[in-house]
Amino acid sequence: MASLQILLPAAQLAPLDAAYARAKSAKRLVSFMIAAGLVIAVLSAGHVAEIDLTKLWGRRAELSDYIDRAFTLDSGGRVFADPVEWFWNLKGWLLLLLETIVMSYLGTALGFVLGLPLCFCTSSNLTRNPWIRATAKRCLEFLRTVPDLVFALIFVEAFGLGPLAGVLALALHSTGALGKLFSEFVENVDMKPVEGVLASGGGKLAAIRFGVLPQVLAGFSSYTLLRFEINVREAAVLGYVGAGGIGEKLIEAIRKFYYTDVSAILILLIATVFLIDMGTDRLRASLSRSLSR
Amino acid sequence: MRSSRSTFGDLALIAATHAATIRTAERKARQGLGVALVLLTLLVLGLWWIDFGFLRFFAGTGRLGQILWRMLPPSPGNAEHFLLYWHALVETLCIAFIGTLVAAAIALPLGLLAARNVTGSAALHFTLRRCFDIIRGIDRFVWALIFVRVVGLGPFAGTLAIAISNIGSFGKLFSETFEGADPKPVEGVVSTGAHRLHTLRFAILPEVAPVLLSQILYYFESDTRSATVLGIVGAGGIGLYLYEEIRVLEWTHVAFLILMILVTVAGIDALSGIIRRWFIGKRPQRDPRR
Repeated sequence: MASLQILLPAAQLAPLDAAYARAKSAKRLVSFMIAAGLVIAVLSAGHVAEIDLTKLWGRRAELSDYIDRAFTLDSGGRVFADPVEWFWNLKGWLLLLLETIVMSYLGTALGFVLGLPLCFCTSSNLTRNPWIRATAKRCLEFLRTVPDLVFALIFVEAFGLGPLAGVLALALHSTGALGKLFSEFVENVDMKPVEGVLASGGGKLAAIRFGVLPQVLAGFSSYTLLRFEINVREAAVLGYVGAGGIGEKLIEAIRKFYYTDVSAILILLIATVFLIDMGTDRLRASLSRSLSR
Repeated sequence: MRSSRSTFGDLALIAATHAATIRTAERKARQGLGVALVLLTLLVLGLWWIDFGFLRFFAGTGRLGQILWRMLPPSPGNAEHFLLYWHALVETLCIAFIGTLVAAAIALPLGLLAARNVTGSAALHFTLRRCFDIIRGIDRFVWALIFVRVVGLGPFAGTLAIAISNIGSFGKLFSETFEGADPKPVEGVVSTGAHRLHTLRFAILPEVAPVLLSQILYYFESDTRSATVLGIVGAGGIGLYLYEEIRVLEWTHVAFLILMILVTVAGIDALSGIIRRWFIGKRPQRDPRR
């Protein structure tokens, strides 16, 4: 089979080949430099972070030992044989889990309420005054960047131990996170409905209510639900610093070496987070269906 | 009345002709109101549950104001403290960097195995996905506490905690990204008689690489934030100092530490923005879960 190949004459081909090789080697060089830089960065960061793989390998038995103990009752049997003994404090734990969920609900709801006005203030298409915009933006950035655990630590000092500190910490962090996401939505709305409302004599609030809100409500609700999911995880941790929820019991169990309690609480926590994830996924799906209709 | 009629025409006639539209609109408005009422009731119930009291709230706000006042001016006290904080900050960054990178390196093959369109195995997909879910279900603080027991206090425990919990998140994200890849390039490569691994290298990876990089950068940013608090449980980084200074009520130091964290996070944000634009071009891709 005679292959039909159309080739340029060698004289014309040679410079093209050379250019191709040059381009390719330049690209290789860049990749190599990046890889080398990455390796150096990893090695030096590993040194600072005291990475010691031999130590990890040497102590690997400790990890499996921990897991083993977490599933062994004091009597020596496996936990699965005696679930009643394993979950001896089921009622108390479930109550604390409920408190965790309530805390994250409150934190998310308050964050939504606070973030909503702020997101309209940061959007360039609704707020003309650059000073207001910049101030609102910096506020949101600050709230988003400070971890909620830090807020919780400070609030525990101010409001005392208990879920109130945790709720306020979650609320502030959620305000920052939601406000930023919301303002991205608001900046991308179609401005024609807004102009329509303004042209028919509506005020600014009316323009937001009838021009902007219908366009962004689906996105807002979806992100708020996602935030709720995240907040459940975060709220479970806030107990470590005394800000309420199941975390208190969990850290107590870990610190005092109540191994089976650790596994029991973790299983309850994972199940709760899983159920809430599933529930909000469903809700989001039906929400997007009903609003797109 | 008269003028409104002349402007808007016969309102009754308009209402009659668009009766169906108005009815749906009203129904929707009622539904919305109902949902809002339910949410509000839940809010009030929740506030009652956590013993919310205005007296307590305002007393607390007053104390918070005092604390904020005492934070001024933010200062580390002396140079010795500043050096300690500085070292802890660098440590925090290293924890986040290694934790993210190692997790990405481990999660990449796992994510490939878990992607339905790559391996074509539903069982593998299901098992790995559940494993990722379980890993993600355990908070990184719990991982940190466990690793503190295994390798002792210090940044190594924090790095391991971040790496492990990131493997769960990355595994899920990566496999979803692979599954979302366009099948046409794969078909194209297959049609040239290529091996399966070739389709991976020349069809799937080039398509998803920018998305993966974007996800990794995003996690690096958020891991920096969470590494700043891992120190609370003794897993290294600046959190240890933050925790201690809050406990001994050295508010000017606390304010300085928070400022250091803010500046660092802003710097990381800017840096990852540069890297993103350099590699990917101006295409915003963010993960709403974080």
